[in-house]
Amino acid sequence: VKAYSILRVVSKLLIPYILLFGLYVQFHGDYGPGGGFQAGVIFAAGLILYGLVFGLPAFQLAIRRNVIEVMAPLGVLVYAGTGILTILGGGNYLDYDVLEHHWGGLFAFLPHGQHLGIFLVELGVGITVTSVMITIFDLFAARGRRETH
Amino acid sequence: MSESLIVVPLLALLACTAVTVARMRDLWAAVMLTGIYSFLGAGWMMVLDAPDVAFTEAAVGAGISTVLMLATLSLTSRTAKAPVHFPWQALVIVTLTGGALIYGTLDMPAYGDPNAPVHQYPQPNYMERAEHDMHGIPNVVTAVLASYRGYDTLGETTVIFTAAVAVTLLMRRPPLEAMSLQDTTSTKFGDMSESHGPADPQGSGGNTTVDSPRVADLGRGAS
Repeated sequence: VKAYSILRVVSKLLIPYILLFGLYVQFHGDYGPGGGFQAGVIFAAGLILYGLVFGLPAFQLAIRRNVIEVMAPLGVLVYAGTGILTILGGGNYLDYDVLEHHWGGLFAFLPHGQHLGIFLVELGVGITVTSVMITIFDLFAARGRRETH
Repeated sequence: MSESLIVVPLLALLACTAVTVARMRDLWAAVMLTGIYSFLGAGWMMVLDAPDVAFTEAAVGAGISTVLMLATLSLTSRTAKAPVHFPWQALVIVTLTGGALIYGTLDMPAYGDPNAPVHQYPQPNYMERAEHDMHGIPNVVTAVLASYRGYDTLGETTVIFTAAVAVTLLMRRPPLEAMSLQDTTSTKFGDMSESHGPADPQGSGGNTTVDSPRVADLGRGAS
């Protein structure tokens, strides 16, 4: 008989919805309250809940540390790279207006310049915040385990 | 009037929670109460019509930081040491600082005053400007944070990344080769916190000295 079965069942039900809500806050932040920072924290909270209920070994199997360690700087690079992209488009750094109607209408399906810029930038924030929160939890919890033995 | 029916109890609860946290010796309960404090703060932000701030406060203050504080508690002791004498000095400093802060609020404009400096400077018409500049992005907060003040947010993201770098440098366990030189027991149990290793049956059993349930809860979960 496994301990805490109610906790496990309930969090198994909840975690997908927490992650989905995180994605909603991420990609709907231009329209409602929210944005990359809040979304990143909510997404990380869902994954950390998994770690708290199912244990650190299961958490580290599901969320590889080497992936997370690449994603943290990747988010900052997405943000900074958006700025480089606007410079290449002939504007100032992070001037999203130049993302509009360039490249010969090839990317006409993309949203307006400011909208696209904000989307990319918030995506970068979300990626970084998620991986930073997971990293901090992972390292503290792993350290606690090691010291006890 | 009806708003004060919500605001006054909320602020009173905030004050009660703060005093309780300060008097508490049980750190686990104190961490939980700081989570409650953040949640009340989020509710208050909501009353002030700042859903973005309330959102952040609820997610960060009540959610993540509570978990991170619990993770930190698993590395330290669960109860704070009782003070050897009554902290008169600290009380005097806190009273003086609090008095100065309250004195400072006397000069502040009334809540919601349209002539307050914050509504006059730097840009009184962000709302209208955003309507035109942003091609119909309704959330002005997002527009200000990500576009008008894009450099600031880039800086903040870098700060958060720096936090991860610092924690990684300080807390990441050394590679297995280096550990086996130090002592063999750590290596034996080291496998289970390795990112690529499978769940160690020995580790999940927790057959050695897990001295208190809170450590077991964090590290081992409910397996």
